[in-house]
Order: sequence, then structure tokens, then C-alpha cells
Amino acid sequence: METAFTPGASLIGGALIGLSAVLLMLVRGRIMGATGILTGALLPAGYDDWIWRALLLMGMFCGPWVYFAVTGSLPAIDVPISGGLLLLGGFLVGVGVTLGGGCTSGHGVCGIARLSHRSLAATATFMLTTGLAVYVMRHVLGV
Amino acid sequence: MRHLLTLLIGAVFGTGIAVSGMINPAKVINFFDVAGSWDPSLAFVMGGALCVTFVGYRLVRRRPCPIYDPSFAIPQNRPLDARLIVGSGLFGIGWGIAGFCPGGALPALGTANTQVILFVAAMIVGILCTRLVVGRFAMVPPHGLEPRTY
Repeated sequence: METAFTPGASLIGGALIGLSAVLLMLVRGRIMGATGILTGALLPAGYDDWIWRALLLMGMFCGPWVYFAVTGSLPAIDVPISGGLLLLGGFLVGVGVTLGGGCTSGHGVCGIARLSHRSLAATATFMLTTGLAVYVMRHVLGV
Repeated sequence: MRHLLTLLIGAVFGTGIAVSGMINPAKVINFFDVAGSWDPSLAFVMGGALCVTFVGYRLVRRRPCPIYDPSFAIPQNRPLDARLIVGSGLFGIGWGIAGFCPGGALPALGTANTQVILFVAAMIVGILCTRLVVGRFAMVPPHGLEPRTY
């Protein structure tokens, strides 16, 4: 499935992601990592540990609706694979981010901005395996 | 006030994900499909996010502490280990198959899209199973799989 190259919108969207990471560090002193925020919201250490994660998640859910309010339509969400593969992918993502201690936002943005060598290694690894998985899915298996 | 600000910060993140196109698995997968329908947008998302975060973090860290908390919760810089690499490798395989990463899927949940709900449910099962298994081998403290890079 072709998608349009959107350098302007992607740069602005990326800057907003960065802005949210900086503001979370300024206001709460926390890393903006989706994995950790979700895991901590599911298994909180106490009310204070839970409430900021729950509020952050609720704010995230509003994102597509802010987009709707500005543009008049919801953002496109096209899933080019079957339900079974979606479940397999989701499970692998859950296992991987828990073992690896972060995902694209925590390691890829916040960790690299801190010049953490663990985050650099994690990001290099998942960018490589994502590329391999996409190549195998699209050009070997033809899914 | 801090609760309202936290909610707003989440909304800024979710809006960024929606505007950038990273809420759309087809667009994410196309970034990695250099041999097919390549869409380089993801590089612009990472570039924009890294520029702002790199400079912003350095400005914020000049402060002795965050506005509403006593200290910054920054992960310790520990050596690389096999778990980090194996975990990140598995995450990448899942990301390549589904096209959703956690940061893309959570804002997408706001639309109540059935496929997003399926993905997030499977991801939560993966997170909880891993913590159960890893916790059983006593590799981690009771709360939080170290390192809290996130």
C-alpha cells in the first residue's frame, strides 16, 4: 500500500513529540517512553505513581481528536495485515519492549537525546530487525 | 495544576503522533520498505523529535529539579547486556510485522479502532507474560524491570 511522503507534517509532528518529552521532563522529571508509561499504569507502585501515567495516557487518546478538530477528519489508520499477524506482532512488541526496557519513544527519542549508549544500541538493533521483518513479510512471504 | 499539565502533555504527544503520520502502520512499514513502496517520512519525525528533545533536555537539566517533583527520574547508564539487544531485536520484529509501536498505538486507541484494540491487547499480554516469567527467575526487583530507560 503506497503512502504519501509528508516531510512537513512529519517534521512538525516529530517536533510536537519532542516538545512533549521536554515538557514531561520539565514538569514531572520523567522520560516520555510509551512502554514505561503503559506498564507503570498497569502495574503501579502506588496512587502517585499511577495517576500521572493514567492522565498522560488519557491525553494521548485525545491526540487523534485534536487532529480532527483542526483538519476536520481523523488521521488515517491503515493496517495492511491480517488479525492473526496483528496479534503476533503485538505480542512480540510487548515481550520485546519489556525485555529491552523501552521502545521508539523511550530509547529512540529520549534515550538518544540523552546520548545513552544503551538507547543507541537498542535503537540500532530494532531499526535493523524491523527492516528485516518488513523485507521478509513483503518480499519473501508476500504478506 | 500538575494533573492538568500532565494531561495536556499527553495530548501534545498524541497530536504529534497523529500529525506525523506515525499513527498509521502502513506509513511506518513503508519507511522500512526501501525495496518497495518507500516513504521516508519516519526519518523526518525522528529528526524533528530529536532536535527538540536534544536541546530541550539540556535546558531543563540546568534546573535543580522538575517543577512538581523533587528530582529527575533519569535511568542510570549501565553497560550493554544481552537482554537489551534480544528484547530490542524482538520488538523490531513485532514492529515490522504489525507496523504499530507502543507510542503509535496508544494515541490511536483514542479512535476505538478495532485493529488497534487487538494490537494493544496482544501487546499488554506480551508485557505481562514477560514480567511474570522474568520476575520468576528473580532477575528484577519487584517493581519495574530495570533499566527504566522509559
